[in-house]
Amino acid sequence: MSEPTKAAAPSGRAATKKELPEHFRGYKHVWVFVEQERGQVHTVSWELMGAGRKLADKLKVDLAAVVIGPDGEATRQAANEAFCYGADLVYVVADDLLTDYRNESYTKALTDVVNTYKPEILLLGATTLGRDLAGSVATTLLTGLTADCTALDVDADGSLAATRPTFGGSLMCTIYTLNYRPQMATVRPRVMQMPERLARDPGRIVVHPLGLIEDDIVTKVLSFLPDRESAKSNLAYADVVVAGGLGLGSPENFQLVRQLASVLGAEYGCSRPLVQKGWVTSDRQIGQTGKTIRPKLYIAAGISGAIQHRVGVEGADLIVAINTDKNAPIFDFAHVGIITDAIRLLPALTEAFRARLSPHSRDRIAS
Amino acid sequence: MHIVVCIKQVPDSAQIRVHPVTNTIMRQGVPTIINPYDLFALEAALELRDKFGGEVTVLTMGPPSAEDSLRKALTYGADRAVLLTDRFFAGADTLATTYALATAIRKIGETYGAPDIIFTGKQTIDGDTAQVGPGIAKRLGLLQLTYVAKIGALDLAGRTIEAERRSEGGVQILRTRLPCLISMLEATNEIRRGAMKDALRAARAPIVKWSAQDAGVEDISKCGLRGSPTIVKRVFAPSPRAEMAVLIDFAGRPPAEALIEDIFKRQPKLEAELAALARGF
Repeated sequence: MSEPTKAAAPSGRAATKKELPEHFRGYKHVWVFVEQERGQVHTVSWELMGAGRKLADKLKVDLAAVVIGPDGEATRQAANEAFCYGADLVYVVADDLLTDYRNESYTKALTDVVNTYKPEILLLGATTLGRDLAGSVATTLLTGLTADCTALDVDADGSLAATRPTFGGSLMCTIYTLNYRPQMATVRPRVMQMPERLARDPGRIVVHPLGLIEDDIVTKVLSFLPDRESAKSNLAYADVVVAGGLGLGSPENFQLVRQLASVLGAEYGCSRPLVQKGWVTSDRQIGQTGKTIRPKLYIAAGISGAIQHRVGVEGADLIVAINTDKNAPIFDFAHVGIITDAIRLLPALTEAFRARLSPHSRDRIAS
Repeated sequence: MHIVVCIKQVPDSAQIRVHPVTNTIMRQGVPTIINPYDLFALEAALELRDKFGGEVTVLTMGPPSAEDSLRKALTYGADRAVLLTDRFFAGADTLATTYALATAIRKIGETYGAPDIIFTGKQTIDGDTAQVGPGIAKRLGLLQLTYVAKIGALDLAGRTIEAERRSEGGVQILRTRLPCLISMLEATNEIRRGAMKDALRAARAPIVKWSAQDAGVEDISKCGLRGSPTIVKRVFAPSPRAEMAVLIDFAGRPPAEALIEDIFKRQPKLEAELAALARGF
């Protein structure tokens, strides 16, 4: 996110720095919770390792990963992999009771490791798992938790400065947890850049016991129904994304977005108002309360570009905006703009891309 | 059975404006609504009550004007409304908010009967943190089911409930023990229109108003600004990028072709990649 135009008066909770209480002074190092579900590490965890590495370097402390999961190969591999994404050491809680995510067992595991080894900063992905877990852990520890951060930094005095959109994405705010530890924050997938994976040998692994038996855990997983492959949208990780907004005028016109996406082999998405109007399902929403994307090419058709949307697309390599309103805020952060009606341009763009990208398309049309 | 639904009155955030000079939120004249995500929680609660009998209590913490949202909830058919309002609650972050709400829920239990289920929405549209539900559960020592898409078998005598919970890459079918806290996923039901008798009742129904002391808050330092570990240090509007978007010069060409030329000029590798993608389709 770009620099502020000017410093505004803090609203509500104003800053008052007190001395960090004695019992928190021993809290050191930056931790990232490595989320794995059904043997797969969520990419957001490695993205957070990249962000965590920068914080740790600035603070001149270690970066640690916390891997929680079943006792087996997947958890071992996740721990080893954490070193390739910059971990100096890895804490592992491995127990078959942790095979499925359950709030009780994961909260116990993470809270125990925090209370034993005392990190100053703890980062989690803002996924359904991460948000479920972070809220419980922060409340157990009675510390501050800042959700859905878009930028993380450390101050001159070593405090975590967590910036996130607020008021539905109309403004940005920077939040501190000054007198409590750890300072906790969640970050949505794709907000932080994926760091480069370096082949490295595993380093120090600290194993911590779970200390539960199945009877201690009340909630039982009766079954798990994986999503059908076809139902999964790859929006967050797509290389090319085409999205539409209110400028399309009617729900029928949204198919123009889908058609262009189809020709480009792209994923399609939309801005928040289209979800609120029921034109498009919520899994296609791009922005602060939807998906964050980092494609090579993003085409925004009829989207005005509210901050709520902006923070979800700023990581795109090339943003192309199509809008009739030359004063639309999207032109403040798009790289290329075209002032025209998306409803007219999209079909032409679809045809032109089709002709350009598929040399055989003419033959097919002819036959 | 007794169900408590936590709701929040929020500004209709689509209409929030930022003052161009002072960079502050312009609250005046912004209409307020029940947080839309909370309506799915309320409807789920009303459906369970209709099926199993009992009462639904709606609870909110906010300024005196939050009474409007509680009355609205009564028109949908909630049986009782409790407003937690006190200047000591002002400036609360999520941790301080959960302290106040959990305290009030305990008081509701003592006064009107222990709740079997606490419902919340997935998150609010103004804060968007999704932290208050889990926080209330933890403070009350309840089990939590978040992101619930569907409520399954409920066994009041056996004290168990089953639910479908959305997780990454699939749906978990879970069974847990009552009492518990459930946060409902959006678009899982549709709030009812509300019967005429409920609308009439809602207009006159007394709203239970509790101060911090009334609700049984023992430690005022855990409330509001003082009880909040997080501090908002800076609020700002993001500035425009240094350069504005380059507007395409058609130069007599069809706009679509001019745009494609420009895209490939800026991202030379993209054309080959797109062609490869297109071949795959």
